[in-house]
Order: sequence, then structure tokens, then C-alpha cells
Amino acid sequence: MLAVRSLQLGYGAIVAVRGIDLDVGAGELVAVIGANGAGKTTSLRGIAGALPARTGSIVFDGEDITGLPVHQRVARGMSLVPEGRGIFARLTVAENLDMGAYLRRDAAGVRADLERSYALFPRLGERRRQLAGTLSGGEQQMLAIARALMGRPRLLLLDEPSMGLAPLVTRLIFDTIRSIAAERVSILLIEQNARAALELASRAYVLEGGRVTLAGPSADLLSSEAVRKAYLGE
Amino acid sequence: MLGSIYALVALGYTMVYGILGLINFAHGEVVMIGSMIAISVVVTIGTGSGLPGPVVVLAGVGIAIPACMLLGALLERVAYRPLRDAPRLTALITAIGMSIVLQNLAMIVWGRQYISFPPLLPSEPHAVLGATVTGTQVIIVMLTLALMGALLLLIHRTRLGRAMRATSQSPALAGLMGVDVNRIILFTFMIGSALAAVAGVMIAGYYGQAHYHMGFMLGLKAFTAAVLGGIGNVSGAMLGGLALGVIESLGAGYIGALTGGFLGSHYQDVFAFAVLILVLVFRPSGLLGERVAERA
Repeated sequence: MLAVRSLQLGYGAIVAVRGIDLDVGAGELVAVIGANGAGKTTSLRGIAGALPARTGSIVFDGEDITGLPVHQRVARGMSLVPEGRGIFARLTVAENLDMGAYLRRDAAGVRADLERSYALFPRLGERRRQLAGTLSGGEQQMLAIARALMGRPRLLLLDEPSMGLAPLVTRLIFDTIRSIAAERVSILLIEQNARAALELASRAYVLEGGRVTLAGPSADLLSSEAVRKAYLGE
Repeated sequence: MLGSIYALVALGYTMVYGILGLINFAHGEVVMIGSMIAISVVVTIGTGSGLPGPVVVLAGVGIAIPACMLLGALLERVAYRPLRDAPRLTALITAIGMSIVLQNLAMIVWGRQYISFPPLLPSEPHAVLGATVTGTQVIIVMLTLALMGALLLLIHRTRLGRAMRATSQSPALAGLMGVDVNRIILFTFMIGSALAAVAGVMIAGYYGQAHYHMGFMLGLKAFTAAVLGGIGNVSGAMLGGLALGVIESLGAGYIGALTGGFLGSHYQDVFAFAVLILVLVFRPSGLLGERVAERA
């Protein structure tokens, strides 16, 4: 589904990602863990097209999308939920969800999915006419995820969905991610909460200093000495 | 009356600012070019064609609008898009540069003299509620209100309008929704320029003349109107334009009496800029704006 090869990314003179290889299979949930500044968010932005690749290639569904602008990657079924609840604060909840379905032309299907979003997150239904900026942090994260799903993506890119949320809300968000994965949507999840991410994902990559230092099935990483020491606090 | 023209022009300033954070100082020149093109069309087909006056003027509007939209698109593509990531001051200076380029271009094409708009529109006065208005003035006000209504519908009720609002809040996030941000920005320039064309024809029809330098003062005043309403806010631009028109007319009417005849109505222009200074000192966010504080 997604194959990233020797991808290098940076900002100005700074190289943040120094050539990573990464794969996500169809219907697979893959996690990327690592410390602050390891290049996790940068990698995701590069895959989504928000940041141009310096070198390397990104192949999505057999098509090389390395040079495509972000909106054309969305059209091909990729959707990024940015970190820190990227929502349109001055649009209503319903308008935010409509923006998620921006490229869809099937009005009936969009309406049905809108109702599905409200069923998935009843809080959003209650607040559909409210400006999104007035929602709580957890509700904004729900909105960002629900909005990404409105585009019926085949690959969902999640950037730190648990950041800054209360434990109870975090659990709700992770349960939701699990149920999205159960519907055969491929997911690439970036998390600082390494334990939660590894328990959710089938495979994972460890990023350090812009390079992949470890990769493998989550169960192996969970039991690996290095991961336990560095990321699980044991 | 004058206020409706300011409002239409102010919309162009405010919409572009809302999306790019750029004050497009060449916008007044787009209005001027709209005037000039409309007059050229009207003079060419109007003399001796035997068509009724309003039809000829409508033809002028019909050609000025697409011409100005093209000009607005060209400005965005050639002058502003390459500077999208440059410091804001660079884009601002470019805008002033484009304004000068367009003025001089117009001077070369249409000459330095005032060119006059043939008297094709109804100008006989009617008395309405103690005021004297002409049919042209009524048409101008009605048309402005209709255009504003249409614009508000576009922005708040359509998919394109939603994409415009989303882009003005965060272009990066809008892109992640699949919005082609470059297209939305281009489109915003084109809508603003279409409104500018209409305003250009109105002002030429109202004063009966146009001049290559007319866009400069008009642009500054419309910018003042946009600031008065709260720059970046579409309803604010409408309100600010209408309010500025009223302030200016009342001010010009009473300034003689207030100063004992020391200053006459030719000091009309003082009011717009007094308003600009007062707004900037006491309420920089304008009448309806709260977005400026957020952006600064």
C-alpha cells in the first residue's frame, strides 16, 4: 500500500529525516515511535506531501507520488490527521466534517458518513453547530479523526493523537483507532506513548536522529531490551 | 452611494488579506482599468449604434468584468505567487510596484487626460424622502446590495466558499483536506477583481469621467473602509465601505459650516484618512474584526 524508500526531508539547512525506509501493507496498522525531535512528524508530513522530499521515493498503491502536491495525494486516498488537533477553529463542527469530504461528489454517501461520525462520537453530534474552536481538546481530536474519515481514506496517517489528552480520552481515541483498523483502513500511527502504540500496532519502527534504528513486529519490540530501556521506562 | 463603491472595492482588499495576509495595493488600479475598459467599450459601440444607453453600459460592464478578472489572476500568478513564502514586506512592496506599473500602463494606453463617460444613464433627479437621487444612484445602490448578498451566499453556503474560509484559516490544513490552495487563492483574486470592475464602471458612470490616476485615491479610501470594518472580515468591508461613504458625505457637507467657511467641501478627502488614523489608534481590529489580533 505504502512504500517509502531512502526518504530525506528537511527545513532549510536542517536535515530532519536522513533517508528512511518504511512500509505499510493493506489493512495494516503500523506505528512509528521515537523521542522528541527524532523526525517522526517530519516523516509523516513528507509522506502526506506537506513537505517536499529532498531525495528518495514514496510509492502509494503502486504509483510513485513523490512529486505530487498534497491535495492530489488526498485525492488518491491518503489522509493526515495533523498533530495538535489541526481543526478549523472558526468553522462549525459540521463544516469541519464537510471539509473532510471536500473531494467527494456523492452527496448521499457524505450525509450517511456524517451521521456515522456522530454515531461514533456522540459529543460531536451534540455540538455540530458550534464553532470547532470552542470544543475541548479531546473533542477537537475526535473531530480531527472523524474529519479525516469523512474522506474515506485508504491510508490514515495519525500524528500523536494522544498528545495532551487526559488518560480516559486517550483510551477512547485508541479504541477508535482500533475499530478503524478493523475496517481494513491502513494506518500509520506516530506516538510518543510507545507502550500504547506498540500494543495497538502489528509492526513498528523506532526513529532516532532521523534514522530508523529498529523495526519489526510490535511484540518483538515490546520485549526488546533497547526499546524497554529507552521508550518504555523500564 | 459613494459608500457602495468603497464597499465593493474594500471587499477585494479584505478577501485577499483574509487569505494571504497581503494588502494588495494594486487593487485600486484594477478598478481604474475596469473604468477605462468600460469607457472604451461604451464609446466604441455607443456612438451611433442606436442601442439604448443602459444596454451599451451593460456591454461595457460585461467586458470590463472578465478583463479585470484576467488582470487579477495575472497579478496573483506573476507578481504574488512567487513571493508566497517571502517576508510580508517583500510582497507589500511588490504590490505597490504593481500599482505603479498599472498606472503607467494605463497612462500609455489611455493618455494623461480625463476621458469622459458618455451620458447614457438616467440622470434626471427624483425627490425621495426629502433627498434628491438619480436613477443611476438607485441602480448603483441596488446592484451593490445584490452583489454583496451573492458574495455572502457564495462564501457561506457553497462548497467553494467553505474552501475559501478554510484556506483563510489555515492554507496548510486546507491542503490536507484536498483543497487546491493555489486555485482558491487565484479564485479569490478573480472574485475581488470582478467586484472591482463593477465598482470601476459605477464610479466612471457616476462622475462621468475616468483618469489613469483615479485608482490611487479610491484604493486608499477603500483600504480605509476595509480597515474600518475589520480587515479580513467580509461583512466588515461592506459595513466599513458604507459607513465611510456616509462619513465623507456628511463631513464634506458640514465642514464649511463647522469651520465658519474656513475649510470647504474640497477637504472631503481629509475625513477618510482621519477615520483611518482614529481606527488604527483606538480600535485596530475594526468594527467587526477580531482576527487581526489573532494573526499578529
